[in-house]
Amino acid sequence: MAKKRLAVIDADRCVGCQSCMFACTRRLGFGGVGKSAIHVSSVGGIERGFSVRVCRACPDPPCIRLCPEDALVLRPGGGVILHKDRCTGCGSCLDGCIIGAISWDKEENHPVICIYCGYCANYCPYGVIELQEVNPDD
Amino acid sequence: MINDALLSKILVINLSKWEYHTLERPELFRERLGGAGVAIRLLDEFCPEGADPLGPENPIILSVGAVTSLFPLASKCVAMFKSPLTGNLGESHGGGRTPFAIRSAGYGAIVITGAASHPVYLSITKDGVAFRDARALWGTARSDTVARIIRSKDGTPGARTILRIGRAGENLVRFANVTSETYRHFGRMGLGAVFGSKKLKAVLVSGDELISVSDQKKYREVYDTLYEQVTKSSLMQKYHEIGTPVNVKSLSAMGSLPVKNLTEQRLDNSDNLSGEEFARLFLSRRVACSHCPVSCIHIGQIRIPYPNDPYFFKTIPVSYDYELIYSLGFMLGVSDPQDVLMLIDSIEQTGLDAMSAGVCAAWATEAMQNGIIGPQETGVNLKFGDTPQYLQFFELLAGQSNQFYRDIGKGAEYAASQYGGTQYALSFGKNEMPGYHTGPATYIGYICGARHSHLDNAGYSIDQKPVEKSPGTPEEIAEELYHEEAYRQILSSLVVCFFARGLYSREVIREVLSISGIDMTIEELDILGRDILYEKYLFKLREGFSLEPDKVQIPSRIFELSSGKGMIREEEVRRGVARYKSLLEEKSP
Ligand code: SF4
Ligand code: SF4
Ligand code: SF4
Repeated sequence: MAKKRLAVIDADRCVGCQSCMFACTRRLGFGGVGKSAIHVSSVGGIERGFSVRVCRACPDPPCIRLCPEDALVLRPGGGVILHKDRCTGCGSCLDGCIIGAISWDKEENHPVICIYCGYCANYCPYGVIELQEVNPDD
Repeated sequence: MINDALLSKILVINLSKWEYHTLERPELFRERLGGAGVAIRLLDEFCPEGADPLGPENPIILSVGAVTSLFPLASKCVAMFKSPLTGNLGESHGGGRTPFAIRSAGYGAIVITGAASHPVYLSITKDGVAFRDARALWGTARSDTVARIIRSKDGTPGARTILRIGRAGENLVRFANVTSETYRHFGRMGLGAVFGSKKLKAVLVSGDELISVSDQKKYREVYDTLYEQVTKSSLMQKYHEIGTPVNVKSLSAMGSLPVKNLTEQRLDNSDNLSGEEFARLFLSRRVACSHCPVSCIHIGQIRIPYPNDPYFFKTIPVSYDYELIYSLGFMLGVSDPQDVLMLIDSIEQTGLDAMSAGVCAAWATEAMQNGIIGPQETGVNLKFGDTPQYLQFFELLAGQSNQFYRDIGKGAEYAASQYGGTQYALSFGKNEMPGYHTGPATYIGYICGARHSHLDNAGYSIDQKPVEKSPGTPEEIAEELYHEEAYRQILSSLVVCFFARGLYSREVIREVLSISGIDMTIEELDILGRDILYEKYLFKLREGFSLEPDKVQIPSRIFELSSGKGMIREEEVRRGVARYKSLLEEKSP
């Protein structure tokens, strides 16, 4: 099956409603945004628009390299899969992702990284984000 | 931490002592849902009878609701306090990220009492409160600078709210507002002055705590049904596309839009001020409150050349809404949309409430025309349509520069009591009128509504109903208004944006509440709505408000100019008020 990733199509259309963030946490059965792998914040005040940060499924992910426990493994086609059982919650991976796409689950003390499920995209009213196919041979 | 779906925690902050503590009150939230229902109880508890609205004893209560952060459009926070403008109940609702941040920091309500000895701002998280020095922020010319500075220092991006006042609030203009997230406001009734009296420049709240729900599967199902309606149905379309100014054309065509202090029914070139024109010429971005897919906030971009520096421009983003176009455009006879945006910007940056400020400026213009005040009072030469004069007027007003501005800073009714012109000081219950001269229902609504706001009971929409559907007698109008206001108490306890009232029927409300662990029947909800309204009324009475005929001041101007429903007769308005009063007193009709 073709691999997918969540792509930010056009952040200029983002209205900052954060519906995507609420969706990502609701996916796990909770209210709020505490488990969200996608993050929307203003770029210096909402009058200037928003940045939408989410894992872009790098073909050669730097976050993997910083994990001393091999808890992050390369997903075919790019991006990472987190093996929670190996994660010690050291937080090293956070420094690896320069775009800041890794957030932190404070309850379970491990990183939150997008699993490329596309649930959030169903709730974006303006087509800002979209699940896209990636070619595993890239 | 994972917070319960049922709210319980109240953060109580004392600015005089730089202390805070929390209270656990799950029963209060179970019984009263949150928002207005909880806030009126807390106001009763924390505000001593006869309190000076600008004294340390006046509490500021911020309250979120049972479904905040759980469902779309549960995107409002309720502020309650004793109003320095009306002297009784102060209540205003604001959105932005405020409700989301307060709930995500783990609180159902925040109560701020006391007064600091020098300017401070508060930084609130789940772990408590930091009192930070704000002396360097006091007096800042543009209020958005304050948010920019705090934003660069404090809180979690995307999961925080910054509430702040401008110079108008610092200087205790009784209708100064509080701004959140640049474009949302706790606009009416002077919360900004209460902040100012406490030397409280800003409040920042950040948090991203989880909320557990009773039934995860059902939560997603109920959510999806609601979400589908929000995004697919036509119910929200008007707010979504053109935004609230979509009403300008129709209201103006009906003669329902107050022009030049309600001396005229039409404004020349008023089509320039239509929502369509603003969108065509200026609309540059649409934004939303947290958890609202509608995005009704419309931001226009204006480009202003520097008069003496060629090739230098100021580009300013300004958010526009119907109410501002009414109060700073139509009411002041300004028909150039760029001028209206400049006036809005000056109001935003000084931290005035746009409706009150516009209506006060309109009164002052007519008072100048009539010679009861002159340039020695105002320092400017007000003329309808003269934007530069109004820009100066608002500056002087925010600065409270002389006795006249201190008087008009107490509201139009007060100023008229000092200088004359009461018959055209367009205030109801001491609150300046909103932009609807639609007929008798809207005025009965302004006079009797707990906040004296068009949003209390939507009289303007009763006036606009087709004849066969509209209530016949003033008494019937009052009954319809009363029931609407009671139902809206539930919305403002959840706290759901009133724009979503078409989606949150009583049935839907029951369902979303059950996800937060609150089971109530429709009948119980209706009773609760009436109880909350009743308690607000009791608070108002306690603080000296009265609906007795000899106490209700109505500016006669509204009876002199034909409305959307023709001439309004004083007798019908008074009959409606009398019926509303009896309903409030009966509580359960
Ligand atoms: S978390 Fe960041 S570094 Fe790692 S794969 Fe995603 S985008 Fe790349
Ligand atoms: S694709 Fe799935 S995991 Fe990734 S941000 Fe969206 S909802 Fe969260
Ligand atoms: S749902 Fe879409 S518009 Fe809303 S914040 Fe997310 S990306 Fe932006």
